[in-house]
Amino acid sequence: MTDMTEDLTPASHSAPDPNSEHGSVFDGLLGGDPSHWAFGTDFEDPLAGVDTTIPDGVDGHDLGVYCLMLADDALIASHRLSEWCSNAPDLEEDIALANISLDLLGQARLLLARAAAADPSLVPSLPAGSPVPPEDALAFFRTDGQFCNARLTETDNGDFAVTVVKALVLATARLALMERLRDSRDAVLAAVAAKAVKELAYHRDYAGRWFLTLARGTQESRRRIDAALRTVWPLYAELFVPHEVETRMAEVGVGVDPAGVADEVAVVLAQVFALSGVETPDIAPMVAVRGLRGRDGSHTEAFSKLLGEMQSVARAHPSGRW
Amino acid sequence: MTNDVRAEWPLYEVFVRGKRGLNHVHVGSLHAADDDMALRHARDVYTRRNEGVSIWVVQSHLIAASSPDEKDPMFGPSNDKVYRHPTFYEIPDNVPHM
Repeated sequence: MTDMTEDLTPASHSAPDPNSEHGSVFDGLLGGDPSHWAFGTDFEDPLAGVDTTIPDGVDGHDLGVYCLMLADDALIASHRLSEWCSNAPDLEEDIALANISLDLLGQARLLLARAAAADPSLVPSLPAGSPVPPEDALAFFRTDGQFCNARLTETDNGDFAVTVVKALVLATARLALMERLRDSRDAVLAAVAAKAVKELAYHRDYAGRWFLTLARGTQESRRRIDAALRTVWPLYAELFVPHEVETRMAEVGVGVDPAGVADEVAVVLAQVFALSGVETPDIAPMVAVRGLRGRDGSHTEAFSKLLGEMQSVARAHPSGRW
Repeated sequence: MTNDVRAEWPLYEVFVRGKRGLNHVHVGSLHAADDDMALRHARDVYTRRNEGVSIWVVQSHLIAASSPDEKDPMFGPSNDKVYRHPTFYEIPDNVPHM
């Protein structure tokens, strides 16, 4: 295996500097030459003009871990959805799922960068001189026990119905959370939430329409949506069990207590179920292993395989430039 | 529920109005089960690079089109009528989009 870093020209994909007043998170991605964009330019930097200092009275480590929780849900859900690329029922759905995946990846990138800025000790150490930016180090060089995503995001995609139910539950819960997070005392989290709300509203709409379509479609599609609900529902309750870090962040006005959105999410889902002629499932939640859940770094077997695929290339080239 | 299952969704034509454009421009076609889904598919397929601010979709079979066979009688007669162009007027600088 040759060293991939030797021959590449430097720094068309530099790390965003959240402390730079003039830097944009898109600087590295755009490569500085707008002429190769056929249509849209005018990209908006969600963090333009945002105060990146950590608010008074907020513990940097707690803020960092809290950002990891929000980031990991998005990152892992994004990776799972990306597995549909070239496998969706038709070309249009393929692109729709990829778009949702990319929206979530964008949220994850900003949140991982915020986590690294809030507590640099969270970032895994890499060989000296490695150009890997902190958010990539967090995504690709943590072990499974260091990820704090809810287990809902990591389980297999299953068939299209399972993916639709997972997307509906996640988008509904995350939208309710992000709507409140727009008022965070942390200006970066508030800005990320403002961007995320627009994206998640579309994801919820997409998944809700498909849920209705499958539930009211053919006997086969109804059978599949019923089975998908039974598959996904044990992972639902965990979304609203607050971790102590989430509780502390909510108390200082930076985070949102997920338990506080449970009722609102249940009402929204009940509306979708009622329209679709589906009963709200009555299935016990998946057990917490020794009291530990996804937020504590306790994950399902499927997660190890997911991480292996997601991280293997980056780990093979810890000094690679991408 | 329905048992009226078809193997293919109908074809739609998609028109997008760009941020700088004034009118909707045909950008391509896609398949969708109904008008609502066609709009959302169009959003996902044709505006994901920040191209548009408005979308029209219409089922392809609803578009009436001129036939290539009629090209000469339809369009030939206009190609020597230069006087139909308003080239003899000065357009004021403050009249845009002419």
